[in-house]
Amino acid sequence: MRYAETGFNLEIDLSRGNIERVETDPKLTELYLGGLGTNAKILWDRVPPETDPFSPDNLLIFSAGLLCGTPAVGANRTIITTYSPQTLLMAYSMMGGFWAPELKYAGYDKVIFRGKSAKLIYVWIHNDKVEIRDASHLRGKGSNETAEIIKKELNDPNVQVAAIGLAGENRVYTASIEQGRSSASRLGVGAVMGDKGIKAIVVRGTKDINLAQPAEFMELCNDVLKYIKDREEKPIPGVMPILAGLGSPQEMKHIDEKWHTENFSWGNSRVRRKEFWTKEVEEKWKDTQLEARTRLISCYNCPMKCGAIISLPGMSTYMMKCFSKLTYTMAAFVDDLDFGFRIAQKATEYGVDGFSTPQIMAFAFELKDAGILTDDDFAGCPSDNEGKFYWLLDRIVRREGIGDILANGTHWAAQQIGKGAEAYAHNNIKKHEQLPLKLGMLNPVYFLMYCTGEKVNITQIEGQFPQAPFPTIEEREEFIKDWVHVPDEKFKQYLMDWEMRGEKSNPYYPTVDMSVDIVDWQEKMHYVDDVLGVCAGLSSFPLKPPYHIHNYPKFISAATGIDMDEDKLTQVYNRNRNLIRAINVRRGLRRVDEKPPEDHWRKRFPELEEELLNAYYKFKGWDNEGIPTKETLQKLDLGYVAEDLEQRGIIRNGHD
Amino acid sequence: MATIKKKIKTIKIDLDKCNGCRACEMICSSFHASPKYSSNNPARSRIRMVHDPLKDVYLPVYAGEYAPAECTGRSKYVIDGKEYSECDFCRASCPSRDAFKEPDSKLPLKCDMCEGEEEPLCVKWCITGALTCEEREEEAEEPVRSVELDTGLEDLVNKYGLQQLQDTLNRISQAKKG
Repeated sequence: MRYAETGFNLEIDLSRGNIERVETDPKLTELYLGGLGTNAKILWDRVPPETDPFSPDNLLIFSAGLLCGTPAVGANRTIITTYSPQTLLMAYSMMGGFWAPELKYAGYDKVIFRGKSAKLIYVWIHNDKVEIRDASHLRGKGSNETAEIIKKELNDPNVQVAAIGLAGENRVYTASIEQGRSSASRLGVGAVMGDKGIKAIVVRGTKDINLAQPAEFMELCNDVLKYIKDREEKPIPGVMPILAGLGSPQEMKHIDEKWHTENFSWGNSRVRRKEFWTKEVEEKWKDTQLEARTRLISCYNCPMKCGAIISLPGMSTYMMKCFSKLTYTMAAFVDDLDFGFRIAQKATEYGVDGFSTPQIMAFAFELKDAGILTDDDFAGCPSDNEGKFYWLLDRIVRREGIGDILANGTHWAAQQIGKGAEAYAHNNIKKHEQLPLKLGMLNPVYFLMYCTGEKVNITQIEGQFPQAPFPTIEEREEFIKDWVHVPDEKFKQYLMDWEMRGEKSNPYYPTVDMSVDIVDWQEKMHYVDDVLGVCAGLSSFPLKPPYHIHNYPKFISAATGIDMDEDKLTQVYNRNRNLIRAINVRRGLRRVDEKPPEDHWRKRFPELEEELLNAYYKFKGWDNEGIPTKETLQKLDLGYVAEDLEQRGIIRNGHD
Repeated sequence: MATIKKKIKTIKIDLDKCNGCRACEMICSSFHASPKYSSNNPARSRIRMVHDPLKDVYLPVYAGEYAPAECTGRSKYVIDGKEYSECDFCRASCPSRDAFKEPDSKLPLKCDMCEGEEEPLCVKWCITGALTCEEREEEAEEPVRSVELDTGLEDLVNKYGLQQLQDTLNRISQAKKG
């Protein structure tokens, strides 16, 4: 019997209409665990690096994490892996919600799509019965709309639906895969799904998920549950409210948006409005949010309430999470939060990434103001800020007129438009739009995460170590008292010595080596979450989370029966980290790509930055180009990767 | 006739506090797995979430008695503008739906308040406070114990074994209800 995992993947060839249930190799689980890890292994093995993201040979993999469907609190993430049409690298996109556990209960760990369907279809997975069904009646339908129609059609309110909207159908590079409560938004996974002709994947499962050591596992779960309860009653003092508790940033719960509205940039990520958050705005936004928010909601088996049901007169109800209430509002320079809730409803039905899409629109209007795009490009566009955004969103998801170019994201649109448009696509890393955050002093830890993260997206990399130093020694002492999460006691000292100003402050403190240590810890926790399918909101993202490097190995052992400890888990992390790096290196990623937007910090330190990158690469066992060395790969049982990179001349003999 | 004090457990369900996570379903099926906690499967749960997020319907319902036939003439409830079918509130394991039946055998399931535990596990796992357990005392008549019945049944246990006797009683009671 297999424990925690089902031991079966579903292989669906859309070109031939072939469906197979394939038993997986338990040895691969030991080496890569599951979720992200085994996804990466499949992508490496089966999709050659020359493959175009929109080729039938590209795979689209939906995976439940290893602990999804077990009683582990917050283990509900679906990890979606393919090649991204936007970055051309591996798309590393994920969603919470209810889909992954349902897939496990249906008897599968992953669904792997290859080929392309000639017509629009949806896939209906009900335990052992799997069907490819016609979806022509769903063409053009919104993501929630699609889910509702399918539930009626199948006469089962308990199915879980992952669907694309119009944007995915039209292969918009920022198209998301929506699942009601949650979405996999980043890096264009919805476009690949649309390209394959899949409108939705519908799952219902009524089978058991087994545990290897039930008593031990339940004890760990009970500890986590108790910890969450206590931790929720004790927010961390001295940090902003959204960082004080657990969960993803509690944007649906909190009203106070002083930090975001005054520190994040408006428009095309340029304008700071330092006096924005007045008493009057606060009152108005509070009323709007409380009126729009019907209920705070969670994902599967999680007591947090990171999402909300949003219901306003004159529009369909939808569910929102995290930060999208502000991204459109701020990109469009609209001072009324009501707009944020309303346009996000459209965007959710269309199925687009709430970070990239507003930036693309702000970028377009900047190009218009600069005379690079013309009035002809915007014929029929209203002149008010709200109307402009609605109009352009409609063009983008339909790929109409200028929307066709903009649908490829700011990087590719700028290339196509030319005439100096590239300078306006200024907030990208690896061709992907970043948070609209512009700061003063370089932060060495964040510099490294921005540069080297394979997710290409900061919020999914950071966590664990405070974002800023505490002003007083007393506060620091208080903080480290119950900081059991550190993998090593030295991290406590790093924090104790970190000052707001002077010698031991950014950018030279944490020192280069300390910064590398901190980044490695933070990355490790995210990589472990993503193999297990545990939400970062209970683990790698917040300070002092219930899951950490000391209890995770016990969870894995008790769930799967695999003999796991901290060293072995670190080894799995390093293996997956290097495999994913190798996938991207094989796709052409090099040091030159690893840089934050030029204006991300006002004060930059080129020499220090070089030094940071060198030290990070060295720590990882990579060469100066960020390519894993043969020795590094061999030590991680990735000899086959080294061999391939050597054959391709990417690793050269005797060359580091 | 003598009266005795009986402790009665009640689960209070506060729909406003429910975040829809379904931990209650998960832990119920896990607790009732054999061996205990060895597996879980919400489809086997004795508590089910009636769940329609876009209509803000969040309704945990516990499994009650087995009903051999479905009702006729069902009604609908509208509460705060939200429509519920009568079945939504119904605790019965009944032929009209899949809820509260073992997915393989279709045998009926019934909430037993997690006998032997400090509190029902669904309540323990619901840290949002939607499910809470209250205990109250009620006076009840002391049942009269029949020596004759005791002796008779003991004889039967000795002859056929406890398990067989229990199975037979179950079968008879199902047949009577049917």
